[in-house]
Amino acid sequence: MSSIMKATTDNGLLLPVRDQDGAPFWEFAARGELRVQACAACGRLRFPPRPCCPHCRSFASQWRAMSGRGRIWSYVLPHPPLLPGYAAQAPYNAVVVELVEDPGIRLVGNVVTAPDAALNSLDPSRLRIGAAVRACFHTMAEGVTVPRWMLERP
Amino acid sequence: MASLKDATAIVGIGQTAFAKRLDEPEKTLACRAILAALDDAGIDPCEVDAFASYTMEETDEVEIAKSIGAGDVTYFSKVGYGGGGSCATVAHLAAAIVSGQAAVGIAWRSRKRGSGKRPWTDVHAQLPTPAQWTRPFGLLRPADEIGMLTRRYMHEYGVTRDHLFNVALACRNRANQNPAAMMYERPLTREMYMTARWISEPLCLYDNCLETDGALACVVVSADRARDCRHRPVYVHSVAQALPAQHHGMVNYWTDDPLTGPAWTAARQLWKTADLTPEDVDVAQIYDAFTPLIPLSLEGYGFCGRGEGGAFTTGGALEIGGRLPLNTSGGGLSEAYVHGFNLITEAVKQLRGTSTAQVPGAATCLVTAGEGVPTSALLLRS
Repeated sequence: MSSIMKATTDNGLLLPVRDQDGAPFWEFAARGELRVQACAACGRLRFPPRPCCPHCRSFASQWRAMSGRGRIWSYVLPHPPLLPGYAAQAPYNAVVVELVEDPGIRLVGNVVTAPDAALNSLDPSRLRIGAAVRACFHTMAEGVTVPRWMLERP
Repeated sequence: MASLKDATAIVGIGQTAFAKRLDEPEKTLACRAILAALDDAGIDPCEVDAFASYTMEETDEVEIAKSIGAGDVTYFSKVGYGGGGSCATVAHLAAAIVSGQAAVGIAWRSRKRGSGKRPWTDVHAQLPTPAQWTRPFGLLRPADEIGMLTRRYMHEYGVTRDHLFNVALACRNRANQNPAAMMYERPLTREMYMTARWISEPLCLYDNCLETDGALACVVVSADRARDCRHRPVYVHSVAQALPAQHHGMVNYWTDDPLTGPAWTAARQLWKTADLTPEDVDVAQIYDAFTPLIPLSLEGYGFCGRGEGGAFTTGGALEIGGRLPLNTSGGGLSEAYVHGFNLITEAVKQLRGTSTAQVPGAATCLVTAGEGVPTSALLLRS
C-alpha cells in the first residue's frame, strides 16, 4: 500500500490522490473493472462520486459495471512546460471520453496503442471527437491501476 | 429588501509596477497599492474598517491592517476560487457597507506569480476532488483544462483560431497604448500568433495570460461618502456571484452542458438586479486568463447568442470604436495577470475618463472574474 501514499510513480507521473468517495472506483480499477457510482434508490449514474444523489438525495449507492465503451468528447495535446515525467512524453494526448451507458458520464484519460504503452504512443492525427474507444487498464504503480482508452478501429 | 444598486462606489485605485520580477515581497507591494488607492481617494488609512480578498492571496488583513495603520476593522472576508473571486471582493464590501457593518473598505491583490512558483507544479497539494480524475492523465495545468473545453467549443460551434487571435490582438493593441502594461512595446501580428508554439493544443502561447509580479487595490465607500472624495465616483450598479448547478470548477466536464459556464449564472443575477442591459454596456473588462474565455463569456453575459461568441469577435468588434471595446488596459493577456484585479481598476479609469485607451463617453462598464470556476461580476457606472 506504500505506493498509494506516494505522489508520483518512479518516472514522475502523478498517482491519483483518492478521497473516500472515489476510493471504490480505484479499487474496482485495480481489479480491471470500470464501475461508476449509481444511486441505489433512483438508479441514476453520477460522476464524480459523492455522498448522496443530487436527484433524489438518497445516501444509498452502488457501483455499476460499465461496458468500457465510449466516444471521445474532446482532447488536448499538452506541450512543455510540464512536470518532468509528462514533459518526457510530450506532446501526448489527454482526452475526455463519454460513456455509451450515459453520455453525461465522462472520464478523463489517455488514448494509447496498448494498455502499457507510452502516453504519446498514438499518432495524434488519429484522434477525432466522436471516435469510438474502449477501456483498458494500466498499472501505474503497485496497487494503483488507471483506466486508459484504445481506439475501436486502430 | 435593501438594494445594493448604486449604493456604494469605488473612489480610489492604486497599483504597483507590473513586471516579470519585482524585488519587494508581496506584503510590501500590497501596502504600496493600498496606500496609493487611499491617497487617490483622499481617505486617511486610519479610517479603513473593512477588507476583502480572494484566495491565492498570500497576504492577510492582520498583516495589512497593522502595516498601513488601519483603525478597528469590523468586516473582513476572503472569497474562494482564485480569479473567480476578484469582483466578489467589491461585492462583499458593498454589502458590508450597505448593511452598516463597515464604512471604508479595501479590496486588494498582491501576487508574485511572475517570479514565483507555478501552482500546478505542486505534486503534493492536489485537491482529491476532482484532481484524482484528471491530473494522473497529464491534464495538469489550467491551459490543459480550458484547452479541453476549447476544442469542444471549436467542434460544436465553428470557433476558429482566428477568432481567438482577434481576442489576443485586441488585448495586445490596448497594451500597446498603456505604458504600464508588460507588453507595451510588443506588438502582436497574425503571423506571430499562427506560428507560436503550442502550450496545450488547441491553445498556443498567445492564448495564455502573462505571468506577473504586482499589486493593486481599490477603495469602496457609500455613495454619500463618495461625493466627498477626490475623483468622480464609480458606482457599483449591480453585483453577482455564481456557482451554477452541478458545476465542477475548472474541469467542468460533468454537467449536461459544459460550455455554459458560471458566466451564464452570474449574468442572470447581474442583469436581474440592474437597470441596464448588455446593449447599454459601453466597454467591458472580461477575465482573460485564456482567449477562449472571451467568446464563452460574451455568450454567457448576453452580448450574443449561444455559439456566436467566436463570430462576435470579427470585424474589429473588440477594438476601440468596435461593438464592445474589450480589456482596454491590455487585460491579463497583455497588461498583467494579477487574477483579474487590473480589470476592476481599468473599469474605474474608463468611467473616470482617464484610461490610456479611453472609450469616448464611457458611462457603463462590465467587469467579470474568472470564467470556468465559481465566479463573480460587477456592473459599474459613472
